[in-house]
Amino acid sequence: MRLRYLLPLALFVLLVGFLGVGLKLDPREVPSPLIGKPAPGFALTRLDDEAKTIRREDLLGQVWILNVWASWCAACRDEHPHLVAFSRTKSVPLIGLNYKDTRPAGLGWLARFGNPYDASLFDVDGRVGIDFGVYGVPETFVIDKQGVIRFKQIGPVTPDVLEKRIVPLLKELNA
Amino acid sequence: MHRAVLGLLLTASLVLNAANAAEAVPAAADPALEARVMRVAAELRCLVCQNQTIADSHSGLAEDLRREVREQLRRGVSDEQVVQYMTDRYGDFVRYRPPFKSSTVLLWAGPAVLLLAGLATLFFVLRRRSRLAADQFEPDDSAWPEPSALGDRNERAR
Repeated sequence: MRLRYLLPLALFVLLVGFLGVGLKLDPREVPSPLIGKPAPGFALTRLDDEAKTIRREDLLGQVWILNVWASWCAACRDEHPHLVAFSRTKSVPLIGLNYKDTRPAGLGWLARFGNPYDASLFDVDGRVGIDFGVYGVPETFVIDKQGVIRFKQIGPVTPDVLEKRIVPLLKELNA
Repeated sequence: MHRAVLGLLLTASLVLNAANAAEAVPAAADPALEARVMRVAAELRCLVCQNQTIADSHSGLAEDLRREVREQLRRGVSDEQVVQYMTDRYGDFVRYRPPFKSSTVLLWAGPAVLLLAGLATLFFVLRRRSRLAADQFEPDDSAWPEPSALGDRNERAR
């Protein structure tokens, strides 16, 4: 007989639990199927030099970070100071992917806010972005020595994400 | 003379109209291909505006993905391969009709399970009630009960 009262209560608690977890989930953060898969191939010119091409193969053998940014992207400005601070630690190469931008606008943005990137790739039509499954700039990828994507951050990188996720992962991958 | 001028003006306006009309021709040179692009695009979710398909959305990403779909179909890639191409990059979430597999069992079977659970509950409640003696139920009188009867009922409920 007591079950009659406890069962609805248990169901209610279960429902509250589900709704509570659901509240904390961000529907914009879609799990990427690319984690643990080789990074897609690319051959793009540098933002600052259209005569120089950078390929995926050029970056093999080292752990590196790919950060997708654009001069038109407001959230990129929020994360920018953190990337500048991170680049000063000189831990791994930080490669920018300048996404659907123009060279003058991209270079002007870097001149104004500082350039944390070892190089920026110029992806004018966003095709390499599509290959990386980019849908919300900024996005950040950690790629290991074998060229496998190990981590993806959708949206701006925060100091918290840098300290708790990215830096420990870099240590582990470089160990 | 007047007629000649009028005729010229009319001709000129017709030619101008035709020129204007030419600009309004739909961008799709191949209606069959475009119909196929839209059919495939209607299966794919726009990740920027998640409740729209890339066929409906005007976001930059949706336009890029439609262009990608169009170019792949033009190259002779099958509809399924295009959907697979998108799934490889954006995951199952990009599909408006997610595939049936172990991680989506709850999604597909959930509504049916809930319906069956509801029907089972209804069945057991009704069966239990049908076995109760008649004096377990309140009388079916339509009039408002007397205050004293209300008190009685409260007594019984406790």
